[in-house]
Amino acid sequence: MLESSQRRAAVADFLLAAAGVVLATVAVGLVRILWGPGDDDRIMAAQLLGTSGIAVLLLLGQAMSVPAAVDVALILALLAAFVTVAFVKGAARSEADRA
Amino acid sequence: MSLALDALTVLAVSAGAFFFLAGTVGLLRFPDALSRLHTLTKADNLGLGLIVFGLLFQVEGPFAALKLIAVWLLTLLAGATVAQLIAHTARPGGSPV
Repeated sequence: MLESSQRRAAVADFLLAAAGVVLATVAVGLVRILWGPGDDDRIMAAQLLGTSGIAVLLLLGQAMSVPAAVDVALILALLAAFVTVAFVKGAARSEADRA
Repeated sequence: MSLALDALTVLAVSAGAFFFLAGTVGLLRFPDALSRLHTLTKADNLGLGLIVFGLLFQVEGPFAALKLIAVWLLTLLAGATVAQLIAHTARPGGSPV
């Protein structure tokens, strides 16, 4: 049976490893930004990066006992939404220019 | 008791990481923009949801837990809105909003 403090450290290690796994996964997913083909595919990869950035921040904040990371995650959630709205608005405008 | 909670954390966070993996694989492998959007929203909602669920057992106090849930709810709301917007631009012959 593990001591309580040992188990706490083990959980922190696990959360750290999980953050690494999520980060590595999404780094591979960024290939979609290179490939395209459409701008909407690229913005989707950026959206996934935003969401997993939030997940990584939450995991790191808990693993390393940095409560402020949750606030950063909240800001990131807000900004990630704005990025896509700005993209769609920009796409609408360029479409109107072309017409 | 707290051993069980830790085990739940490990289980839920692993499942969440798996959904992020699945979302990335789908984003890379699926043939068209709309099906890629489908996997993206799964990763958003379930991946982050399960990770938040797993972390809930580790935080101290109800306020920190509520904050985590708020992060997830904000992401859900933003994800649902953004998926609709992207789908409008990605649809063949569809016009952007």
